[in-house]
Amino acid sequence: MAGAEFETPELTEFIEVPKLEEGTMEHITCFVAKPEHQEPLGFPGEKVENWKEVAIDKMGDLLSRYRSFQVFLDACVKCGSCTDKCHYYLGSKDPKNMPVGRQDLLRKVYRRYFTFAGKYFPKLVGAADLTDEVIDEWYSYFHQCSQCRRCSVFCPYGIDTAEISMAAREILDSIGVGQKYCNEIIGKVHKIGNNLGLPGPAIEDTLEGLEEDVWDEDEVAVKYPLDVKGADILLVTPSADFFAEPHVDGLIGYGKVFHEAGVSWTLSTKASEAGNFGMFIGSYENMRRVSLRIREAALELGVKRIVFGECGHAWRVAYSFLNTLAGPFDFLDPDYPVPQHICEFTLNEIEKGTLEFDKSENDDMSITFHDSCNVARATRMGDKPGGQFDIPREVIKAVVNNYHDMEWDTIHERTFCCGGGGGLLTDDLMEVRVKGAKPRMTAFKNVMEEKGVTHLAAICAICKSQFTKVFPYYGMDMFQIVSVHQLVSNAIVLNRKTPPEEAPGYGEDDDDE
Amino acid sequence: MSSVYALLFIVATLVLVLGLARKIVQYSRIPAPLKIPTTPAPVTRTGVVLRMFREVVLFESLFKSTKWTWIFSWMFHMGLFLVLARHVRYFIDPVWLPIQLIQPFGKYAAFAMIVGLAGLLIRRIFVDRVRYISSPSDFLWLLLLLVIGLSGATMTFLVHTDVVAVKEFFTGFWTFSGGDLPMDPLLLVHLTLVAVLMLLLPFSKLLHIPGVFFSPTRNQVDNPREKRHLAEWARKLEES
Repeated sequence: MAGAEFETPELTEFIEVPKLEEGTMEHITCFVAKPEHQEPLGFPGEKVENWKEVAIDKMGDLLSRYRSFQVFLDACVKCGSCTDKCHYYLGSKDPKNMPVGRQDLLRKVYRRYFTFAGKYFPKLVGAADLTDEVIDEWYSYFHQCSQCRRCSVFCPYGIDTAEISMAAREILDSIGVGQKYCNEIIGKVHKIGNNLGLPGPAIEDTLEGLEEDVWDEDEVAVKYPLDVKGADILLVTPSADFFAEPHVDGLIGYGKVFHEAGVSWTLSTKASEAGNFGMFIGSYENMRRVSLRIREAALELGVKRIVFGECGHAWRVAYSFLNTLAGPFDFLDPDYPVPQHICEFTLNEIEKGTLEFDKSENDDMSITFHDSCNVARATRMGDKPGGQFDIPREVIKAVVNNYHDMEWDTIHERTFCCGGGGGLLTDDLMEVRVKGAKPRMTAFKNVMEEKGVTHLAAICAICKSQFTKVFPYYGMDMFQIVSVHQLVSNAIVLNRKTPPEEAPGYGEDDDDE
Repeated sequence: MSSVYALLFIVATLVLVLGLARKIVQYSRIPAPLKIPTTPAPVTRTGVVLRMFREVVLFESLFKSTKWTWIFSWMFHMGLFLVLARHVRYFIDPVWLPIQLIQPFGKYAAFAMIVGLAGLLIRRIFVDRVRYISSPSDFLWLLLLLVIGLSGATMTFLVHTDVVAVKEFFTGFWTFSGGDLPMDPLLLVHLTLVAVLMLLLPFSKLLHIPGVFFSPTRNQVDNPREKRHLAEWARKLEES
């Protein structure tokens, strides 16, 4: 196991606010990006000589381009409202993991160089010089924020620590101190088209495998098409859906829904990634470059609609930013929102009555739903505010008999992050991930004990991977995390039978090549 | 001495007005390139106005968060608002009807303000998390406001100052024809600290006053799919 030894927090009956303990997480550091990860993104390969000057200039540049950054740095009154809201603070007790504690790491430098009070009375207002130590501290603590926005719900001015940590990461990138995990991945998307660096043939192979699996089980030829020109729907899904568990079961589910709905759809090698780590590092330019691949794919394939698979931050970039970054989408069918979430699509079909389910197929499970932070607090589904909470639940309730919510203050807009979002889903940050998962694990354990829930359903690739990894630390089984469309896939009745000539292998030579 | 105070308040007023105006212009000029409302968010302009109203008048988000901080800060802010409104009577003649009507409330609001400030100060000292994030200025602001409130309340309820003279001073202030300010120590402390508050406000965390209205997580409409949102600097990226 990578990283130092650490103790998994013990789960308590309630989510308790701990007494603070300074420095418990200051040893945390994640692998620094190498020049080959930095340069393709337009960042210097190594820490630049005049880093201090560059960093201050970059901060000034961001202050002039992002109103959020400027207002949030000015407006905080240190009321303490956010101090007990961050899962990393609750799990680690480190006061620099309190949202305001984290912001202040940057705010103290802002005050020193950009405000009257900080220039002339630094001690009075807690301003500090930018030093090597401050840079190290930034690197450590701004990679202990999953940008989940829970703090912004409770801040009287809506200060969102995610905006501050994105800015901090962009400043770090601009002086050549990037994070390997995020930047390497963004490089893969720029070069190959997805976070995992899966080339087209590998994806094709996987999809053929899925078709065979579904055929073996149901004797129905559900298609998983790739790069089909003229299809109606382009499905953009996180690349983890192509092979990781339980993600892939969700992908199987999307295909079955499309099959039963009788629509033509396709995946794309060019847009084989819904995720967009450009957001995590706060880089508008990189986020835009990644997003434009989706626009290009939609144009090349001539689709009419774009649907996104289950992924939290991807849905934020898709729902909130895609129109800005890669729009306008006036070449698509104006009768449908651009883009649509797969849960919106599925619920719409359920309401139309095109889908039939046998809920008893899921009777071996009792389900609860984890609201993924980006979906919950940064997006919407459907027409009404809060649709992002109701629509996935309605989909689940349509396909399972046993469903129970977790405690009210751990779901919906108050949901707790899985602990692995925002560019932290890397083994070198395992301690942060395990400790940050504590509040969610507490709520999950409680609903298991009180309601007999067995499985946690999610619509986020990062959440799914994170839970698979951290469940065992808390004495749970890694298979207790399921995809929402995995539940759909289990229960859906495939009524559109396959004519024999469309069955896999029909009329093919034995030669598989 | 009166002319020193006259000058002090002229400077303080200018600094306050120009300082705030400078920040408001700055906030309104900086673009918000991305749609980042904290959701669930209103899907219409009207909805955003209502959300902002709840935030500014009722402190909705703080209410969701911690009830103690909410009750103390709401008492302080609403108390201060009424007290300030009541003070308008010292600057105009005749006194507008609404200002006359709130007079009794405005007087007793001072207690809400003082209790609220004391509660916030106690929290800042005794809650370990809040103490950790406090710098000296955070305590000083509370003390400054407390002394302003206490000196004012003392003059209202215990040791009256010559309010008629004070009013003459401030109504004549605009025309430089004001009379003499009573040399009452409580009054001078009260006025000096108010002037300090006015002078420092535009350079301090009290910028949360204009800031909250410009907070993109609170003032944006949740309609990114329906309407394309594009900042000027982002548009330039598209042209290159």
